[in-house]
Amino acid sequence: MSELKPKLQIYVLLVSAILVGIHIPATAGELSGYSAVEYRYFLHESPYPEPSQHDPSAVLAPEYYHAWDEDNQSLIIAPFFRWDSQDSERTHFDVRELSWLKVSDDWELKLGVSKVYWGVTESQHLVDIINQTDQVENIDGEEKLGQSMINLSFFKDWGTLDLFVLPYFRERTFPSTDGRLRSNPPIDADKADYESGAGQHHIDAAIRWSQTFGNWDIGLSHFYGTSREPLFSPDRMSQKGLIPFYELINQTGMDVQMTTESWLWKLEVIRRESDFETFTASTGGFEYTFYGVLETNIDIGVIAEYLFDDRNVNLTSPFENDLMMGTRLTWNDEQSTELLLGVVQDLDSSDASWNLEASRRIGNRWKLSLEGRFFKVGKPETPLYFVRDDDYIQLELARYF
Amino acid sequence: MRNWIITFVLLLGILPVVQAETVQEKGLAIITESDNRDKGWQDSSADMVMTLRNRKGKESIREIRVKNLEVDGDGDKGLTVFDQPRDVKGTAFLTYSHALEPDEQWIFLPALKRIKRISSSNKSGPFMGSEFAYEDISSFEIPKYSYLYLREEMLDGHDTFVLEIRPQYKHSGYTKSHLWIDKKEYRIQKIDFYDRKDALLKTQQFSDYKKYLDQYWRAHTMTMNNHQNGKSTTLKWSNYTFQNGLTDKDFEKNDLKRQR
Repeated sequence: MSELKPKLQIYVLLVSAILVGIHIPATAGELSGYSAVEYRYFLHESPYPEPSQHDPSAVLAPEYYHAWDEDNQSLIIAPFFRWDSQDSERTHFDVRELSWLKVSDDWELKLGVSKVYWGVTESQHLVDIINQTDQVENIDGEEKLGQSMINLSFFKDWGTLDLFVLPYFRERTFPSTDGRLRSNPPIDADKADYESGAGQHHIDAAIRWSQTFGNWDIGLSHFYGTSREPLFSPDRMSQKGLIPFYELINQTGMDVQMTTESWLWKLEVIRRESDFETFTASTGGFEYTFYGVLETNIDIGVIAEYLFDDRNVNLTSPFENDLMMGTRLTWNDEQSTELLLGVVQDLDSSDASWNLEASRRIGNRWKLSLEGRFFKVGKPETPLYFVRDDDYIQLELARYF
Repeated sequence: MRNWIITFVLLLGILPVVQAETVQEKGLAIITESDNRDKGWQDSSADMVMTLRNRKGKESIREIRVKNLEVDGDGDKGLTVFDQPRDVKGTAFLTYSHALEPDEQWIFLPALKRIKRISSSNKSGPFMGSEFAYEDISSFEIPKYSYLYLREEMLDGHDTFVLEIRPQYKHSGYTKSHLWIDKKEYRIQKIDFYDRKDALLKTQQFSDYKKYLDQYWRAHTMTMNNHQNGKSTTLKWSNYTFQNGLTDKDFEKNDLKRQR
């Protein structure tokens, strides 16, 4: 207990700082952002000795924005800090954004650390490759680390062309042995290895063209550089861990959405080539929404996506032949109450993972979010096998400022 | 069918018969005059505070900035950015509205930096939990409705025309609406909305009209009272500016990312 005490004190301090709110006068620019307390409860005991079932944590994510030159130039600074009560790797600091933007009539230049999203599907994000996944934040792959970049964009009649030079590589974050949702043997991120002799300093590049043709929104992209998704090799020195290996890849991607009436039809396809593996992966499906069901204001969306991956290395992707089905409920009320429930079912076995995400605003500044992830995994040759006992429910209370 | 009606109306117009115009013609003539008086503003920009009030009088606030681009011969383009509530700050909508074809609509979600094309079939759903439906705040285009002149009436000191309009687009939540348009300036003063069962659902009142560029009237207060659930929403508009030199380039989906 005495060992817990200093931790608890920090926790109380953090929480009170967050709840009282931060009132830095923003004279020159504009300060916004959020802080939150989160409580994760793991339904089962960990198969490993250290981690506990209770995992409180806290987040501080301010954002400073300043624009000048009639809003044609702007600066954005968005640091991110997570404190986690049990996982020293999940306690982390990151610069999500630190960039200068210059906007002109039909082009735009961005320099610095930023975040870019590509793609259309819900169950996984294959095409989205610019930013590294912040895996300790959430295993859904939607939390990203800031990426340093030079991004030049052209807006022409024939579409939008984005050019990227990405000078510094960010390694994926992984839980420590004190944390849940980890692999066994654990990943030793400090020993990460690279195909490129330049290691983290390899300069990556990407190009993307996107355009809207009536009901169709289409994007084509190509990336050359260090793969955001590592391969793993056993640590021969210690015989105890896995070492991430970041290969050099060429990845071509396509994302298409067709929108008609209440239907959204979506498709993402990638082809990735490297000296170690070459494969095609794809996600495709639809989202259909019933608006104002039974004379209420509630919208019910039905989502179905098929996930395909022809990689032979089973441990890289859990989605080689899977079906995602989900429903999105939107209450359209004052508190913007929402619920998303989904299951990804492996079509070759009975393995499945369930996801629940719900949120509701309280007043003008607070938001309560519920998240749950549940795994039903029998076959050992999937990465989900590692987290088979890591079902969790998480409650987050955030204050926006 | 529609072309046939137009042809018929045109034919009626050229027939050398001295005949009183029909109630349909009169309705269309009034709305056309109102629409013509609001042509040529090019683009506009304004701030809006939306106050939602429930039955118990509890209020919540949304703050929104709106830019519009007048498109000749088609629906307008609109860009809407949220400042309040804070959890949706930076969320932005881009709409290319059309008369009878479905609108094209994109949303920007700042947390993921994701631009998402969304369905525009949700005409009757509430806008941000308010008593305003999406169709109540979308760009007005003449072909969206059929028109019927009902009567003349005094309303709050205004001599008005009363029209009945019926939506011609799909997915509307209304069978009809009644419009009060003042004879002097052809401004809408009041709208009664009737639900799918033809029962009175909501009343929208327009006030604090101000004139811009010596021609364009804009209501600075709009109040929507829902008669069925007892809730109301008030929109307060401010900082209207016109002819800011905005072009199509300012209403592209890439612009969504850098709205602040």
